[in-house]
Amino acid sequence: MSKNILEVSGLRMRFGGLLAVDGVALEAREGQIVSMIGPNGAGKTTVFNCLTGFYKPTEGVIRFRGEEIQGLPGHKIANKGMIRTFQHVRLFKSMTVLENLLVAQHRLLNNNLLAGLFKTPRYRDAEQRALEQSRYWLDKVGLLEHANREAGTLAYGQQRYLEIIRCMVTNPTLLMLDEPAAGLNPSETDGLKHLIAELRDHHEMTVLLIEHDMKLVMDISDHIVVINQGAPLAAGTPDEVRNNPDVIKAYLGED
Amino acid sequence: MRLHFKSAIFSAIVVAILTAVLLGVRLTQAGSQLTVVVADSSVYWKIAAAAGFIFLYNLLRDWIERAKEAIPRPAGFGQRNLLDRPLLQKLVWLIIIIAALAFPFLAGRSQIDLATLVLIYVMLGLGLNIVVGLAGLLDLGYVGFYAVGAYTYALLAQYFGIGFWSGLVASGIMAAFFGFILGFPVLRLRGDYLAIVTLGFGEIIRILLNNLTDITGGPRGIGNIPKPTLFNLEFARRAPEGTQTFHDYFGIAFNSNHRVIFLYLLALVLVLITLFVINRLMRMPIGRTWEAMREDEIACRALGLNPTNIKLSAFTIGATFAGFAGSFFAARQGFISPESFTFIESAIILAIVVLGGMGSQIGVVLAAIIMTVLPELAREFNEYRMLLFGLMMVLMMIWRPQGLLPMKRPHVELRQ
Repeated sequence: MSKNILEVSGLRMRFGGLLAVDGVALEAREGQIVSMIGPNGAGKTTVFNCLTGFYKPTEGVIRFRGEEIQGLPGHKIANKGMIRTFQHVRLFKSMTVLENLLVAQHRLLNNNLLAGLFKTPRYRDAEQRALEQSRYWLDKVGLLEHANREAGTLAYGQQRYLEIIRCMVTNPTLLMLDEPAAGLNPSETDGLKHLIAELRDHHEMTVLLIEHDMKLVMDISDHIVVINQGAPLAAGTPDEVRNNPDVIKAYLGED
Repeated sequence: MRLHFKSAIFSAIVVAILTAVLLGVRLTQAGSQLTVVVADSSVYWKIAAAAGFIFLYNLLRDWIERAKEAIPRPAGFGQRNLLDRPLLQKLVWLIIIIAALAFPFLAGRSQIDLATLVLIYVMLGLGLNIVVGLAGLLDLGYVGFYAVGAYTYALLAQYFGIGFWSGLVASGIMAAFFGFILGFPVLRLRGDYLAIVTLGFGEIIRILLNNLTDITGGPRGIGNIPKPTLFNLEFARRAPEGTQTFHDYFGIAFNSNHRVIFLYLLALVLVLITLFVINRLMRMPIGRTWEAMREDEIACRALGLNPTNIKLSAFTIGATFAGFAGSFFAARQGFISPESFTFIESAIILAIVVLGGMGSQIGVVLAAIIMTVLPELAREFNEYRMLLFGLMMVLMMIWRPQGLLPMKRPHVELRQ
């Protein structure tokens, strides 16, 4: 049995009088794709924000590789290997595609000021490695020819891909994707599906996914958690979730 | 196509009234009384001509626009200019540097003096460019660090007899320290709020210097600040005890121009070092994170970049260059007082950065020259100087809001 990467229990997030997340529990094992689904406004993105340190959860325990991380600032959590994308693409738009990837690798680079000023061999090596890493991932998603373009000038689907590989170049342990298929056409969504599956199968990546495209979710998820109005509704394999009467009710309304 | 009759009349009236008040009448002191002196008729003819021109221009605006579009533009003209080619860019830089080195030996004393002032502003502009242009943090109190640098050297020289070169280093460190200190409270702020806090910081420094009379001499300032030396050679007619003068050492006749030229070359060297260091920083990981922070702070955090460190580093490094500039300024003037570090200085430095094109280094150099030389050239317009200055800024905002030379960042290229 592979070990747990992420364990969340009793997660609560309160905004004043609103209980946005109420007792959500999650588990992700190494090499699994875990999806979080639920109607709009169910609190999925809030859960994401709690996990990645953008919000401080009111209550609950978040264990990442056995270590409690709730309440840590976002950049510290990210440095532990938990990297996320956003519902609306957040690229550095006026920087080039390549620079987007280099910025992401910042912590892996030689950040000694003097080393950079005098271009020491070690600094050049680190820079070279970052370039190679970028080239590898750009090639993987077919963006290599656009490497020197400004990120903001890419087509929307390409921007989505770039955001995902910008996470991948940091060598994360857990990749968290917030509605990666939003705004993609069916063939792009299909490409995305294969990319995510490949990340799991060939790069041993654990993926936590929020998505509305049910076909995508059902096809690639190993485990699905359903959230409704901030509270957990159901959990299980795609088949179990698909046939769960509560889930059908939440999505389609009663009768 | 129609005639803009109403707006034309209105514009002409506004021009007539404004210029009539500004140019047509003047208050002069006659004995103990102020009297209104009315300008002679030639001035009024000029005013009338200006109003007429504005009237016609507004009236025929559509035709003029049409005519302008009809003029064919040469192919390839526009954003992509020759300066984009790296080899040519290097050549241009080389020519500029050689010209700058040769300049003091060809120009007169007052021109060299002015050029030295320009170089100080170039250094300040380049430093502020890191904070405003690259990291996108609007800093209205940059002059505070300039003051810290100047006073650090002046006070160290006064109380401990420290020379220019150690003073230069100390000033840089001190200004960096202040940048760091200011960095902390402003980390959470962005945009307007940040601007106000930094504005306050600049004022605090100035008022502090003004009121710490026991230490800084308050509004009386500090005088007799030692001039820079060249390997302990003094640029003076007679050397103080235990030192040697430049002209004695080289066995040439004393010429007060030597010092002016030396100061110019020293400033030039400092500027070149600044240019080199900042240019490198921009290509380094740290420079990339500054830009990334400007673009999207939230994405930065999600990628594990610590916003605190990035902003602090931008503030600190930017302040350091202001510190260097400040100590050089103090050494050149030989006298400093809080008067030299008012808000208008911050505004001028910021204007240099904006005018040059945010983040662009050549732009900053060019803008510093324009902003310093133009007011000097416009001296004969005396009190209308600031009016011209304002006019220029307004025209810039209309025609080139992106600055004179918008940023052409040294991109890292991925070779296929």
